[in-house]
Formats: sequence, structure tokens, C-alpha cells
Amino acid sequence: MKKKIAALLLCALPPAAVWAADEKQTLAERLYDKYEVELLGFAETRVGARLVDDEHEDAMSIGEARTQLRLSRDFDSFLVQFKGDLLADAVTEELDADIRELNVSFRPTDWADVKIGRMVSTWGTGDMIFINDMFPKDWQSFFIGRDDEYLKQASNVIKTGFFFGDYSLDLVYAPLFQGSEYIDGERLSYYNPSAGRIVGQDMVMEDSEPDRWFRDDELSMRLSRSFAQVEAALYAYSGFWQEPEGMDMASGKAVYPPLNVYGASARSPMFGGIGNAEFGYYDSTDDESGSNPAVRPSEFRILAGFEREIGHELTGSVQYYIEAIDGYDDYEQALPPGMKTRDEYRHLLTLRLTKLMMNQNLTLSLFAYYSPTDNDGNVRPKVKYKLNDHWQLDGGLNFFFGDEEHTFWGRFQDNSNAFVGLRYNF
Amino acid sequence: MKKTMLFSLLALLVVSPAFAADPSVDEIISKANLAAYYGGDDGRAEVKMTIKDSQGREREREFVILRKDKADGGAQLFYVYFKKPSDVSKMVFMVHKNTDKDDDRWMYLPALDLVKRIAASDKRTSFVGSNFMYEDVSGRNLAEDSHELAQSTNTHYVIKNTPKKPGEVEFSSYTVQIDKKTFLPVKAVYLDKNGKEYRIVEAVKTEIIDGIPTVTESKVTDIAAGSSTVSKFSNVKYNIGLTEDLFTERYLRRPPREIR
Repeated sequence: MKKKIAALLLCALPPAAVWAADEKQTLAERLYDKYEVELLGFAETRVGARLVDDEHEDAMSIGEARTQLRLSRDFDSFLVQFKGDLLADAVTEELDADIRELNVSFRPTDWADVKIGRMVSTWGTGDMIFINDMFPKDWQSFFIGRDDEYLKQASNVIKTGFFFGDYSLDLVYAPLFQGSEYIDGERLSYYNPSAGRIVGQDMVMEDSEPDRWFRDDELSMRLSRSFAQVEAALYAYSGFWQEPEGMDMASGKAVYPPLNVYGASARSPMFGGIGNAEFGYYDSTDDESGSNPAVRPSEFRILAGFEREIGHELTGSVQYYIEAIDGYDDYEQALPPGMKTRDEYRHLLTLRLTKLMMNQNLTLSLFAYYSPTDNDGNVRPKVKYKLNDHWQLDGGLNFFFGDEEHTFWGRFQDNSNAFVGLRYNF
Repeated sequence: MKKTMLFSLLALLVVSPAFAADPSVDEIISKANLAAYYGGDDGRAEVKMTIKDSQGREREREFVILRKDKADGGAQLFYVYFKKPSDVSKMVFMVHKNTDKDDDRWMYLPALDLVKRIAASDKRTSFVGSNFMYEDVSGRNLAEDSHELAQSTNTHYVIKNTPKKPGEVEFSSYTVQIDKKTFLPVKAVYLDKNGKEYRIVEAVKTEIIDGIPTVTESKVTDIAAGSSTVSKFSNVKYNIGLTEDLFTERYLRRPPREIR
């Protein structure tokens, strides 16, 4: 109860922070003039509600007040950056601090860049589909209406880039595996195969994360170059499945099995737009060629996409994605009776439409995932309006549907929600 | 004495046509294109845009722009680093301008560490929500219009430009006044499909910087919408030795010191 009051109090804070922000403008200027420290950030409140009753979840899908501060100082030979969020969450009734950036970057030689610390990392060509981008995500944030920024989690890494002529080699080393924030039942419900039904707070998934520094580590590599207008890249990853795709039979807990990924991508202008293709082989090393039912089997993942302007300030894009199980026969045979069998191929289509209006101050967008094989999907219409250079209003829907409860999107079908947010940027 | 006279006469004969008659239209527009968009081999400017809507409400954009020419009158590289407003701060917009095909454009979103390639091919859309269009910023391909010298005053050439593909643009024609001394275009007036003036782009202030005539304040007025945008350029520098590798993904993720 005390916690709840504290959270509510903090929720009342942002307006205060917002009013103070106008004075901060001068504080920011003073900071810059005196110490060359750049101060930026925002304060926002965001609320949302479920559109479908779920007896095992709260009716409120999101209810939070958040303040973000960004500080950076560019010394001549290196750059220091900090980005931190303070969050009062009315759904979990918790106060939370999240450091999204705390890093230093420098250039030891002309042909190398180094960035060390906490940061967000992204690569690959997919739009909301990640094949070779094995950096931690936060799917929960993505599905409850937080800003797209929060789909990406920060992690502690050493990032290096080497540049030789036309070639770039990027290495990202994480001394300790972090993993993605997945749907575990606490805020959003999901289909639990062992329970055989959709579960929520009544059966929050428990996992055991790898926790040995420098042993449970991750290494991501990318070698890229451009051939005229075509951007090509090769990728390799050594680490773990980003979500608990295995089960420890002894403890009954979900575990993160080891995983290696090898892939390639290309992106190029074509037919008046941008085309992209990406491929990855997910080598699930503990699956014993598909004969270990406690571990997700190895997979091929293929993506092709195309984006182009289809009208005035209107852009459209489509992607086609296939996930294929390697050694399907072995997988099928090894599966214990009663368990739902996955299809050998999962097909997924995405559609994105973005329309800018009113001098680009109003953005109407739609993003949709749809699987023709599972007949399930997630539809995400969104509207954002910039009232002025500081205030911004947004709202949207996260709509889930599916024929069956055990399919990729079908398992979230009780979580459809709507949200609105108001933000003050300073 | 006679010899000198003869020489002068000859010189007059040879030179006078060039003095008396104007240069060809192609020559004028090509010189104007170079003066407006290709000053020096590279350049840098800090830009402050003030966008005013029909109700007088203002929005501001601040960015640093770096440019490198691959060939005079040809391909160019642009790097635009945003400073304000704060929601777009540290975003980078990069363009490889091509004259023989669509430009290549990228956007870097620091919050996601995402390098996005932009599909937009229509250059007659607003640049960052202002009254400037992409084409005003990086230059309209000369081959897109047919040009004629409408007027030649003491100080200016007036060129009338008619689009070769009228279906692709929102105007029916536009006239540009070009300063005879500097060849800088100083005013462009656009006519809509009904032949009515609806848009004006003008150089409000010009200065000589590093020996190069430079527009340091420009204004776009959208007569139809009742809105306008003023761009002020400061700390303009030319020939600072920008290299081509600066306009690659490496520098999207880690901006070069030249933006500071």
C-alpha cells in the first residue's frame, strides 16, 4: 500500500518536472556554457487499458510516469554519454531506474573506434524483425505502448569498429549475457504449453539466467562493405537464445540454451524504393540435431523486404519472413506426446504505412504482423502529434489475434490494449 | 598611335559581343547552380530555421550541415546533424546526391542506434517540416526543367523554368532572379497550376565568406498556406578538408568533430 502511494506520488511529479523544465532550459544552457555538458531529456505520462478481459491480469496495461535525462560531454579525444530513466509504474507498483547509456567512446587510431560501457546496439536490415541483431530487446515495452525506443534494451558491452578501405568490421562483446525481456505472464498473459492454456499472474514463467561473468558471455560480429549502392554484410554470433527457449527438466525452470548464429544481409535502392534481404542460420547447439525436445531446434530464418514512397508524405513497406526448422523429422519424433507440434515453416508478413500531415507535425502510422500459416497477428496503429517544439501527444492500439492459442501471436490474444501518452521534451 | 587604335578596335570587335550580349541560358543556370550549391570543394554551416505557421506560431530547428562535392555541378555528399528541438537532437540525416539517379539517403536514430535507409524519392516534400523542400536544400537537377532567359536587367538575369514532367511537381513554372555579379540566385517565384504566384524563395542576406559569395539568410514564403520559414546560416566555412569517408555509416554512429 505504501508502495502504491509512493508510485502515485511520483506519478504526480512529472507535471512538476514539466513546469520546472522551462527553467531547466537555462540550466541546460548554463551547463553547456560552463562545462560543455549537454543536458536533454523529457518527462511523460502514459496510460493504457486492456481491450479484452483477462482474469489473470490487471485491467490497466500501462500506467506510468517517466523522466529521462541525457547528459553528454565531448572532450576532444573522447565522448562521455549518460542516459537514465526514472519510472513510477502503477501497474507493478514499483519505482524503477534504468540506465540506458553510460559509456565512453574514443578513436585510438584512424582505423578503429571503441565504445565501452552501457548502450543500445542495433544492426541488420529488418524492420521490427531481427535475424542477425542479437542485442537484447524488450518485447513487453513494445506490446504495452511504450515509445519504440524501449524495444531496445541497453546492455553492458565493449564495442569496437575496425575500418580498412571499403571494409568495416564490428565486434560487440558482452562479458555477461543479458537476454531479452519476454512475455512471462506478469503484465501480459501468454499460452503456456505445459499448462495447456493461457496463463498470467497465476503462473509467471520462472527462468534461470546464465550468470557467470566472462563465461556466459556473448560475441557479435559484423563484416560489412558497400558495392556501389548495395550495402552487404556478413554476421556471426556466439551466445544464447535471447528468450528462454529451453527447459531444465530437473528444476522445471526455463533456461537459455546456447546458440550460434551465422548470417548475411543486403540492402539496396531498387524500383524507386529500398529493398532488403537477410538470412540467418540459428545453430541451437544443445538441440542434438533436433532430438532434444527440451531445447528449441536449429532454424533457418529468411527475410525479404521492400519500402517505397507511395504518395505525398506517405511511405509503405512490406516484408516477408520465413522461419524453417532444421531437421524437422527428428524434432517431430522427439517431441513428447501431447505437446503441440510446431509447423516446419512459419511464414510471416509485415506491413508498414506512415503518413505525415500538418507540416510533419502529425504522424499516422500502422504496423502489422500477420502470419498466413498460423492465421494470427499483431496490428499496431499509432498517431503522434507534436503540439510544439516541446509537447507531444501520442496514442495507439496493440491488437492481437489468432485462431489458436498456442501460435506465436495467438498466445498473446488476451492482451489487446490501447494507450495514450503525453510528453514534454526539454 | 594608329597601331594602338587598331588594336583597340580589334579588341572591341572581338570582345564586345561577349560584353553586349548575355551569356547563354545554359551558361547562366550552370554558373548559378555552382554559385548556389557548390561553393568551395567542401563546406560547413550552422543553420537555424524558424518556421512560422499561418497563426504566427513558431517552431525551431537547429542543425549543422557538412557538404563535400565529388565533382563541380555533379555528385555531392551531405551530412546534417540535428541539435534542436530536443526530440530530434543527435539524429543525423545523410544524403549522397546523385545527378544521374535517385539520391541515397540515410537517417541515424541514436535512441535505437539505428541506421535507416530512406526510401523517399520525392524531393518536393518538406525538409524537416519547414517550408524548405529537399530540392531547395540540395538543388534541383537542371535537366528537370527547360530554361529560358525571360529578362536581363542591369543587375539580374531572370530565368523562366518550366518542368519537363509537370505531373511530378506542384508548380507550373518558376522564375529565378540571378545576380549578374555573383551568379547567386536571389529570388525564385513559383506559379501554381493556375498560373498564380504561391511560393517565394529568396536570399535575404548575402556575405562574402572566404572569398565566396554566400547566402547567410534565406526565406521561403508559402503564400497559399500563409506560412514561412527563415534560415540563418552562421559559422560558415569553406575548404576545411572534409574527406569522403566522413559520409559513411561509421560517422553516422559516431559524429565527426566537424559538427561541433
